[in-house]
Amino acid sequence: MAGTDVSAHWVRPHIEPSWLARLFDWKPFLIFICMLPAAGLLLVFLTYPLGLGIWLAFTDTTIGRSGVWIGLENFEYMMGDRLFWQAVFYSVFYTAVATIGKFALGLWLALLLNNHLPFKSMLRAIILLPWIVPTVLSAIAFWWIYDAQFSIISYVVVDVLGWRDTYFDFLGSAWPARWSLIAANIWRGIPFVAITLLAGLQTISPSLYEAALLDGSTGWQRFRYITFPLLLPILAIVMTFSIIFTFTDFQLVYAITRGGPVNSTHLLATLAFQRGIPGGNLGEGAAIAVSMIPFLVFATLFSYFALARRKWQQGESND
Amino acid sequence: MTDAAVANKDTPSTAAAPPEAMAWDNRARRVVTIYVPLACFVFILLFPFYWMTVTAFKPNAELYDYDTYNPFWIAEPTLDHIYKLLFETSYPSWIVTTMSVAIAATFLSLLASVLAAYAIQRLRFRGSQYVGLAIYLAYLVPPSILFIPLATMVFQLGLFDSPLALILTYPTFLVPFCTWLLIGYFKSIPYELEECALIDGATRLQILRRITLPLAVPGLISAGIFSFTLSWNEFIYALAFIQSSENKTVPVAILTELISGDVYQWGALMAGSLLGSLPVAIFYSFFVDYYVSSLTGAVKE
Repeated sequence: MAGTDVSAHWVRPHIEPSWLARLFDWKPFLIFICMLPAAGLLLVFLTYPLGLGIWLAFTDTTIGRSGVWIGLENFEYMMGDRLFWQAVFYSVFYTAVATIGKFALGLWLALLLNNHLPFKSMLRAIILLPWIVPTVLSAIAFWWIYDAQFSIISYVVVDVLGWRDTYFDFLGSAWPARWSLIAANIWRGIPFVAITLLAGLQTISPSLYEAALLDGSTGWQRFRYITFPLLLPILAIVMTFSIIFTFTDFQLVYAITRGGPVNSTHLLATLAFQRGIPGGNLGEGAAIAVSMIPFLVFATLFSYFALARRKWQQGESND
Repeated sequence: MTDAAVANKDTPSTAAAPPEAMAWDNRARRVVTIYVPLACFVFILLFPFYWMTVTAFKPNAELYDYDTYNPFWIAEPTLDHIYKLLFETSYPSWIVTTMSVAIAATFLSLLASVLAAYAIQRLRFRGSQYVGLAIYLAYLVPPSILFIPLATMVFQLGLFDSPLALILTYPTFLVPFCTWLLIGYFKSIPYELEECALIDGATRLQILRRITLPLAVPGLISAGIFSFTLSWNEFIYALAFIQSSENKTVPVAILTELISGDVYQWGALMAGSLLGSLPVAIFYSFFVDYYVSSLTGAVKE
């Protein structure tokens, strides 16, 4: 009886489909309409600014004055700018050390979480917390932890444990400040790496481990020849993301040191901001920002080809 | 299934020992190799939040005197810093701005992403996988590269210092992510359901509204949560495009408005950070499972 009910309603749209209804059922038009908001937003606010940024890099635009084409002058200036090279160095160093730290510790944490544990889902929720909280706000907490006079780390090391005589000067000079920022970045990155790698670990079939056990493998061998290779595809993707977003990091450095002391902790993004927005030299800032693109392309290609290609080889032999 | 593997993992090294020693050895090993490192991780990951909370409720006298007071605990908790924050700064208006920008940007991006993901995954036109790839690549373009040209555009459009500038620019990183997530989600909905509806004479839009969307609600929730937290987190656009104090978002305002001169009001700063983190943390705690599953699902895709 339900069938007759439906069929009675079903005939009607066929009798008088309005031109509007027909238009919306015409596939090319529907595709156009569906793609329009997303494509419009991305073309206007992503693709166009990307091109505009590259164009700005070749002009001497400042805030309030549209510039003229000056060719490679911005880049020539940057080549001779010690600060720019320092920022390039620190960006590469920061990305390399922080990525290694994040992935080593994140993988370790993922392996720990892959065990049978009580309160596992609660533990997972807690561990993701540093990644949820706005970076700037946790960076301010780190700023306070790194305070020269009232640092809690210094207090514990000097006054409670007595391992040192003087307080740490975390942010007062170049190298300690650089390492402090890297530590804060690793702290923030561990949860993301751990949770995504944990998802990868859980897809590995336990029968592989059983087979390896029967063959008399050691724990290290099982990690090296089963866990690690099967984790590589997901590792490649997570690492690409991590490298890109660490290299272009802005918030953490801007919140904790603003590039100081004496400009020693500038990343390319903070330097571009400093020159472009408060400094007013939009052209120069854009040139610094554009100079990040080759690094990003290189990092993406590297992690893609170094890690992901092995996935295809495995995929063919395994699946 | 994972604990089976773990139990096995421990056997070879202890197989030679007598049974009772093995049981003890196994447990001790487990504590040393799993629980101790795990506890260290949890401690380090949570300590900054604990420290933030403790600082926010400490009176200034305790805050700067570690000799007479134990810095890890609060002798006399106070609400001074929070009171000061709420009533002597424009904190409430920053929260309202951030909230409305985050909600508006989330809705805009969800609308655009649902339609785009549906078109790419279900309408399947020629070259749709290339459009999908282009959207994935768009996600890899970081805001640090875009903010200078976007700032000039915002100036020219007359949107400088207006929350509308943020609502329009946040989708640049939200839309690619949500579309990508929803494409994965639509993939998991059986196509046969839509074919049945087509045979019954439903139009494409009716299918989207009556069949696909209701089935994709978990995916929509995940995408919405992600968009909301990402918008709440956003910093560089808000820093570059907003100038007047009352239009600032929470992260920017705390960093630029609460720091005056050389003396940092650590109590107020920590109270601001704590209150600014709470909405996201509460929101997150309601939807943890969606969050984790979409995070891992998006990466696995």
